[in-house]
Amino acid sequence: MKTCLVVDDSRVIRKVARKIVESLGFACEEAGDGQEALDQCRKHMPDAILLDWNMPVMNGLEFLVALRAEENGKKPVVIFCTTENDMSNITQALRAGADEYVMKPFDGEIIESKFAEVGLV
Amino acid sequence: MLTESKFRFLSEDVKKRSGLMLGPEKGYLVESRLSPLARTEGFASVEALVDQMMRGDAALSARAAEALATHETFFFRDRTPFDVFAETIAPVLKTVLHGRKAKIWCAACSSGQEPYSLAMLLEEMPGLDADIVATDLCNSVLEKARAGLYSQFEVQRGLAIQRLVKHFEQTGDTWRISPRLRQMVRFEVGNLLEDFGKYGKQDVIFCRNVLIYFDIEAKAKILDRLANQLQPHGYLILGAAETVVGLTEALKPVPGQRGLYARPEALEKIKAA
Repeated sequence: MKTCLVVDDSRVIRKVARKIVESLGFACEEAGDGQEALDQCRKHMPDAILLDWNMPVMNGLEFLVALRAEENGKKPVVIFCTTENDMSNITQALRAGADEYVMKPFDGEIIESKFAEVGLV
Repeated sequence: MLTESKFRFLSEDVKKRSGLMLGPEKGYLVESRLSPLARTEGFASVEALVDQMMRGDAALSARAAEALATHETFFFRDRTPFDVFAETIAPVLKTVLHGRKAKIWCAACSSGQEPYSLAMLLEEMPGLDADIVATDLCNSVLEKARAGLYSQFEVQRGLAIQRLVKHFEQTGDTWRISPRLRQMVRFEVGNLLEDFGKYGKQDVIFCRNVLIYFDIEAKAKILDRLANQLQPHGYLILGAAETVVGLTEALKPVPGQRGLYARPEALEKIKAA
């Protein structure tokens, strides 16, 4: 079974995202900030990562840059999922190595559409 | 709810105007789609609105037919037709057009996501230019299409983020299709029951997810007339739940290409080649 790591400091968002990615056939793991996510990736690299931007300790963009520098760090498909909805944020994320970008608020349909876009479903 | 006789009047009137079939099971749809119209037109109920239609108010009948149509659409809907366009149709057009611009018609285009998706593909594809005409029965969706303004929700359905960045400008909470793409598409009011002559011969016609709402007789007539508007090498693309089989001899399915149809003589050429 493919795995998806949901990285968000909001437990509510993680719960909503978990339901959606599980319905798409993924096993779901969770992390509350970028550092936690990076620690988890070093132990087990997931197939996909749903990534919030603004988080304490290490934000999503810092995490992404660190992830892509890791051994095997190019493997996960990274989908930003954030309220940072400006074009400038989107291009910054893409340059840092994001594969897709979801602007909050999101629903299951949008996540499924974006997963299809990057070939995950 | 409408009485049986009023429902029958409504369904016959709508079918005559737009081709849409309203079976008796569509009572909920009539209520949900005509209630807003009844309110804005100042009627106490859908029934009062239909009463006015029965008195011969043609303008109101036309608005009711528009309100009853389904406008569901999104960018790159169903994906396959766009892959077929890029991988199968475009290479053929490049060889037969000899530098001429392709003519593409999106019939029943709703709020414009289908023609704009094609415009994106064409812009990303070297060596093929096209004029796209996109038609719909309904004025209000065409206004939206012409403006090219889409909500955050709409631009996240079916659209890769790279395409959003490449082909849209952000204006506050909404996203506007680039002027380049807007220039490639001409939007016009068009009714599938009316004469197609003014559109001229097309290289490709997209007519997806609209004939499912029509009865067999109307489907057959429209397919014959669409075939008439195609160049000899032209292609018709229908929705996933639609077909020409059993409805017309003027078009045949292209083997191995879901949703793609061509004139029989064009298929003979493909087989021979």
